[in-house]
Amino acid sequence: MQKVVKTALAALSFAAVTASPSLAADPIKIGSVLSATGPAAFLGEPEAKTLQLYVEKVNAAGGLLGRKLELVTYDDGSDAAKANGFAKRLIEDDKVDVILGGTTTGATMGMVPLVEKGEIPFISLAGAVVIVEPTKKWVFKTPHTDRMAAEKIFADMKKRGLTKLALVSETSGFGQSGRKETIASAAKAGIEIVADETYGPKDTDVTAQLTKIKGLAGTQAILVFGLGQGPAIVTKNIAQLGITLPHYESHGVASEEYIKLSGAAAEGVRLPAAALIVADALPASDPQKPVVTGYAKAYADAFKSEVSTFGGHAYDALMIYADAVKRAGTTDKAKVRDAIEATKGFVGTGGVVNMKADDHMGLDLSAFRMLEIKGGKWTLVD
Amino acid sequence: MSQFLQLLFSGLTVGATYALSALGFSMIYNASGVINFAQGEFIMLGGMVAAVLTASGLPLPLAVLAAIVVVALVGLIVEKLAIEPARDADITSIIIITIGVSMIVRGVVEVTMGKGSRALPHFSGETPIALGGATLLPQSLWVMAVTAVVVAGLAVFFGRTRLGKGILATAHNRLAAQLVGVDVKKVLLTSFGLAAALGAVGGVLIAPIATTSYDAGLMLGLKGFVAATFGGLGSGVGAIAGGVLLGLIETMTAGYVSSSYKDAVPFVLVLVILVVRPRGLFGLGPSERV
Repeated sequence: MQKVVKTALAALSFAAVTASPSLAADPIKIGSVLSATGPAAFLGEPEAKTLQLYVEKVNAAGGLLGRKLELVTYDDGSDAAKANGFAKRLIEDDKVDVILGGTTTGATMGMVPLVEKGEIPFISLAGAVVIVEPTKKWVFKTPHTDRMAAEKIFADMKKRGLTKLALVSETSGFGQSGRKETIASAAKAGIEIVADETYGPKDTDVTAQLTKIKGLAGTQAILVFGLGQGPAIVTKNIAQLGITLPHYESHGVASEEYIKLSGAAAEGVRLPAAALIVADALPASDPQKPVVTGYAKAYADAFKSEVSTFGGHAYDALMIYADAVKRAGTTDKAKVRDAIEATKGFVGTGGVVNMKADDHMGLDLSAFRMLEIKGGKWTLVD
Repeated sequence: MSQFLQLLFSGLTVGATYALSALGFSMIYNASGVINFAQGEFIMLGGMVAAVLTASGLPLPLAVLAAIVVVALVGLIVEKLAIEPARDADITSIIIITIGVSMIVRGVVEVTMGKGSRALPHFSGETPIALGGATLLPQSLWVMAVTAVVVAGLAVFFGRTRLGKGILATAHNRLAAQLVGVDVKKVLLTSFGLAAALGAVGGVLIAPIATTSYDAGLMLGLKGFVAATFGGLGSGVGAIAGGVLLGLIETMTAGYVSSSYKDAVPFVLVLVILVVRPRGLFGLGPSERV
């Protein structure tokens, strides 16, 4: 659990030091607390691998401001309560220059008071709106929010002339936050929530809830808000009950695993997701094309596994920090913080980032692409 | 009406999976008085091994058989390495050992087979069977039928065979059983191997419907334990009744009340049952068990 990954291997840095004396300066310390094991590992593991891979890449390319990067990672085991302790250690013992991570919203919020007090730039990899609303001086985040997902889905529903939505949300933190945001922003978008059902993340059957929805007159679409294997079971159950309503999923299932687990039942399902998932299908004119294809290829080459949007969040966080350090010309924490807040037109895997003093995420709805699953593959709707 | 029928089918499917899990608990409880908290992991392991084998190209029936054999072996190894050395310890210590075993199994699977979820192909296709306006997956019939066969098999095993009777006798009074010539060591070993195999059977049956992952055993084990307590620990009929009732109550609550209370209602009910009838619906007092 307390495994410290020192990516700047002693041998490597020794070779670098002897080769070019200008790199002898102290390394820039990148601290991170991720959920590399435990239930959130499917998020945290690709994030941890991505940070490791890109710290090595940055170092191989000569480092940042002529200094090497050194990654200090702690695994909170998906236990939000532990994240706080690790953040403390990063700030007080490891004396890091920046903290990336907090795989989950819970872990992130546990670290927020410490980074605010310790005045250290902090880029979270978790989803919920609460992280950046209200804006906190030192806290930034890279992933899209659940509110954006809901808004993107509403916009697509409107285009198809659908207004009555049945909501099925997971009782996990992600699902409940999604449920809250969906209900909160529905009225403004002119969408009526006609059913509000829930299921547990480890439930093996959701047909009871779906039977209820099936019996409701006037329902025009179903939205499932969940992560991991739960939505796949809901999808299979929808097919089993012969429900043919338009079916939306959240960005939480934007990984190959969902298609693999749901099989034929996933045909026609729509969901908002980052461009990374459809890297190959993007038109060449798309500004994100080179970034997402580059990252997808590097990740696949290094780890022989499919990329997920989650690893992309870690890539974005590291690169936003690197970009800010270059512009600030120093690792001075206050100056780097100001530089992160001034990020404009940064093209990441999650979208084009334009931070503002009151917007510490910097993404708009264009960062989400509406995808449809056709023939077992992701395709772009618009 | 069709809604009720659909809820009934759903409840029976879920209930049958709980029942299979509950049977494993009852089995080991019968043999040793121990509640084996690693039972859920046996279920998970069965599903995972079968899924990994089919993914690597093995035909489904072979993968299923191999998974059951592998998990039964794991059950034997667990008994030999973890339970047997501690057989003179009191029951509580052994129960705690089983919790440790469950963590080890989960960890090993996480490291060797990955953290992602896996699905197993359905045994006889995914085309739902329509019945009175409701639908039922062929796989659900598999789950229910196999559960019934297993229960019948266990009834014969415990009631008619020497080994089965030996297991019951050992559970009742180890010393007396030993005196009349029952090989007590073998009894415990057999029951662990059987319970593990039983778990694996449940795991491969459920995996096509529910998908499986390294941490799936926790919930299945918990629900199985609740079902077993509900029906009466150590009773085969009780395990089945407890499982099916639990499944039905859950789906009916989700269907007619609210899915938010789905998990709470059965637990509250179990508490009530335990207060009113502490040994569960079909459980027998210690003196009546043999």
